[in-house]
Amino acid sequence: MASAFEYAPAPESRSVVDIAPSYGLFIDGEFTEAADGKVFKTVSPSTEEVLSEVAQAGEADVDRAVKAARKAFEKWSALPGSERAKYLFRIARIIQERSRELAVLETLDNGKPIKETRDADLPLVAAHFFYYAGWADKLDHAGFGANPQPLGVAGQVIPWNFPLLMLAWKIAPALATGNTVVLKPAETTPLSALFFADICRQAGLPKGVVNILPGYGDTGAALVSHPDVNKVAFTGSTAVGKEIARTVAGTRKKLTLELGGKGANIVFDDAPIDQAVEGIVNGIFFNQGQVCCAGSRLLVQESIQDELLDSLKRRLSTLRLGDPLDKNTDIGAINSAEQLSRITSLVEQGEAEGAERWSPACELPSSGYWFAPTLFTNVTQAHTVARDEIFGPVLSVLTFRTPDEAVAKANNTQYGLSAGIWTEKGSRILAVANKLRAGVVWSNTFNKFDPTSPFGGYKESGFGREGGRHGLEAYLDV
Amino acid sequence: MSEKSEKTEKSEKSEQQRLSVFKTYKLYVGGKFPRSESGRVYEVTDSKGNWLANAPQSSRKDARDAVVAARKAVGGWSGATAYNRGQILYRVAEMLEGRREQFVREVAEAEGLSKSKAAAQVDAAIDRWVWYAGWTDKIAQVVGGGNPVAGPFFNLSSPEPTGVVAVLAPQESSFLGLVSVIAPVIATGNTAIVIASEKSPLPALSLGEVLATSDLPGGVVNVLSGRTAEIAAPLAAHQDVNAIDLAGADDVLAKELEIAAADNLKRVLRPQPVDDWSATPGIDRMTTFLETKTVWHPTGSLGASGSSY
Amino acid sequence: MPTTAPTAHALADVTASDSTLRRFLHGLPGVDAVGLEARAASLGTRSIKTTAKAYAIDLAISMVDLTTLEGADTPGKVRALGAKAVHPDPTDRTTPTTAAVCVYPDMVAVAKEAVAGSGVKVASVATAFPAGRAALDVKLADVRDAVAAGADEIDMVIDRGAFLAGKYLKVYDEIVAVKEACGTSARLKVIFETGELSTYDNIRRASWLGMLAGADFIKTSTGKVAVNATPANTLLMLEAVRDFRAQTGIQVGVKPAGGIRTTKDAIKFLVLVNETAGEDWLDNHWFRFGASSLLNDLLMQRQKLATGRYSGPDYVTVD
Repeated sequence: MASAFEYAPAPESRSVVDIAPSYGLFIDGEFTEAADGKVFKTVSPSTEEVLSEVAQAGEADVDRAVKAARKAFEKWSALPGSERAKYLFRIARIIQERSRELAVLETLDNGKPIKETRDADLPLVAAHFFYYAGWADKLDHAGFGANPQPLGVAGQVIPWNFPLLMLAWKIAPALATGNTVVLKPAETTPLSALFFADICRQAGLPKGVVNILPGYGDTGAALVSHPDVNKVAFTGSTAVGKEIARTVAGTRKKLTLELGGKGANIVFDDAPIDQAVEGIVNGIFFNQGQVCCAGSRLLVQESIQDELLDSLKRRLSTLRLGDPLDKNTDIGAINSAEQLSRITSLVEQGEAEGAERWSPACELPSSGYWFAPTLFTNVTQAHTVARDEIFGPVLSVLTFRTPDEAVAKANNTQYGLSAGIWTEKGSRILAVANKLRAGVVWSNTFNKFDPTSPFGGYKESGFGREGGRHGLEAYLDV
Repeated sequence: MSEKSEKTEKSEKSEQQRLSVFKTYKLYVGGKFPRSESGRVYEVTDSKGNWLANAPQSSRKDARDAVVAARKAVGGWSGATAYNRGQILYRVAEMLEGRREQFVREVAEAEGLSKSKAAAQVDAAIDRWVWYAGWTDKIAQVVGGGNPVAGPFFNLSSPEPTGVVAVLAPQESSFLGLVSVIAPVIATGNTAIVIASEKSPLPALSLGEVLATSDLPGGVVNVLSGRTAEIAAPLAAHQDVNAIDLAGADDVLAKELEIAAADNLKRVLRPQPVDDWSATPGIDRMTTFLETKTVWHPTGSLGASGSSY
Repeated sequence: MPTTAPTAHALADVTASDSTLRRFLHGLPGVDAVGLEARAASLGTRSIKTTAKAYAIDLAISMVDLTTLEGADTPGKVRALGAKAVHPDPTDRTTPTTAAVCVYPDMVAVAKEAVAGSGVKVASVATAFPAGRAALDVKLADVRDAVAAGADEIDMVIDRGAFLAGKYLKVYDEIVAVKEACGTSARLKVIFETGELSTYDNIRRASWLGMLAGADFIKTSTGKVAVNATPANTLLMLEAVRDFRAQTGIQVGVKPAGGIRTTKDAIKFLVLVNETAGEDWLDNHWFRFGASSLLNDLLMQRQKLATGRYSGPDYVTVD
């Protein structure tokens, strides 16, 4: 009888969003085709269904968009901050109004669960615009001296893991400070950025202030190397980030990079265990682990390893993988075939190197890109799965004996984006946090984001901060 | 009662068939709209002396009730996230925008301004709410922060609202001035008891109606009309009021109230000459009503043997 | 939590003295309040539809301890309550009975008669409910009275004063004594009054204390204080019974009481049970709702599922 307590599918209605069969580039307030007429298809990763056909920006389009942004910059930067603020407040409000539509759209295009787009992505997107709207007329108070000036045209390239949220992180501070932007969304997730273009129109934003150019890596390369771009902001892989750093070398372009990570989630023996288990799960399975700040390395104190792993495995068995539009789904689809194959090959390498692989019983849908939640135990610092960013739902479990050892292992990586500390002892949290070389340290929680809180990495996880007062600096001539 | 007001005349001319409905102006206390406990009202006239309405003349007991309401609201309002407070202040701006015409009329009548000048006042007041809506989640970042103490301690200073603030609204600027003194008090999480401009209380009483429909919890702002000195005295002496803004007091009254306020060491903002309420405000009106709390916590070393880092 | 896998016998050692008991209870892992509440809230967003909902509603009805604990209770009131427990929806005889009716000791005999032959149990609060401020022999007499009158279940309150004063062994001994007074015929529910224990760490400790002392059920609250059952404190207690069984093999039930008024709330609690303790607890032998107004909302939702239109309070019985 008890087994009758199965959750029936509770899919969010798709009818809330109306996806057009094709989309253009958004340049100077208008949707237009690419100069060379190129288009590409965007698919739903959970079904492989083609959602729409999108114009693909080439060099000529980049040039046109940068020119439009340059032209718009003059008036936009001269507006009183309080007027810029009101545009951004309008955008924030329209996002709130249309948040269900955007959440469904994001879930369709990205493959992540509606639970996340509805409860995390969209609220954060609106909040980000709200927060930076408020800064637009308060820049004198931001700690950069009186009357700090914008840079000009910002070229922004964002990834596919949080398409609209990364857009917000880029566009909100740029506009608040008086810059204009040309933004390239990822090729697998262009739709929410194009819907955002429509929101800019609804808000009455002056033409050319925001330009959206869907495309592949070459579009991004053309954008960041365009001579009339004053600021480059990139979120994505460390390899591409290095390439961009080389591209802008010798120019006056201001650069911020938010790149990969291999976050350590450190669990001490006096941790609040049940909450730590939740934090570990959230740390690596949120957004299928396709998160640059994911807690992909679990460092557990050896004395509680067995107990913790038992609890963790029991908890993983309750995760629900499947239709991302189902409100009960915890784990959605991997964003693309390419990403799936990267995850698969790294996991195979982990097994080949002798790490012990475990997944809960979990049926994968027959179409779409899927990967079961996966744990690796018997992992050492030497294993590839402990060093390389997998960007998937794969957790590597390592052990430590003392706080010193935990810190040493946590820091033993080229990355330095995030870390987690689980202990009920306050002084240990602070002592460990002091020693960690990571830009964000979560204590007794994980994967928390807020527009007021700066985010960004140490070492090869990039430089510059997004969010908070600090996030303004990237877009000011200071 | 004085001669027929312009308002009435106009409506009779344009709509011969219909007699307009007057509004009964009421106080705004604890999210409700009571009449004065005293049962008294006083005549409010426009700048030319024409009768506009009867406003409630608040008593000491109304002031006391308002303090109770304001105190009750402190926990929820100061405990709300700064983001949430910002959303609500922005909502006030949205709701005001929708009732812009009404306030333009009321301000024009109250202050004897042309329609366009009154409109400029109202627009500036709306934008003022937007300005403070943006401050709710930034003020702590501007006035707080970590302190590099010389020792193994984490040390963080954060601003906190002081509590219940009595506000004597400016006497001349009946709306922009009013908004300019209320918004900074509540943006940071305080609750307020506002004494409206004695001569021109109607925009303040109407503002209460806007606040009541802006998701602002009842009791966060309480609006009293009447004789400023009569209402302010018990508030200045009240032991459960934490601070007082004397913007609407003349020098004599201000001194008297400041002396009374010393009884429980209220934070006092003295009246300052303001030529132009539309100028961009600084942050003083917020920081006056903030406390700073500094928290220490040991960081220690990693282990008994010390850290190798 | 001990990292070895002790038997009930091994855990019994922890009650050897006040200090061993204290060390054990204080050695339980801490609870992070924010994390606990976030988890409870996230489980609350699970969506239950159609067939699962029909099942959940019937299950919830079958788990209700239909309760009246008023100074104004009369035999008439208790009889009406009994009738309602036996036939919650007179228009639909397929409606399951509730698990029990819950009354004061002096009403047990009346209640017994009212539910005779139906399978509905009679639970009685005892031990100077709700304050629990009486001498032990008075409390035990209260329990014996209720048992003698035929109570199938005893809902006792712990001595919160002793607990908060750190006299854990006193609390433990009292539960043991009450358990003994219950004999073999009555199951014992131990009420912590979580609202008075105040912290989640205390609730976790009380849960283990109660289970060590032989509770058949651990129960959140009396329904007589400001904060009663919440998703978070119930989640915490479900974690405790799950962990206790893993260590001792002994299964203990959970009863949230007070404040659960709607079908939506009840289903959220069932989701907590399902995802925390597991389906072994999805049975009225192991999970109960202490409630009164909840039942009518469940019945209205049941009617809605059957007829497709929303029901109203005039279409369920008011007792």
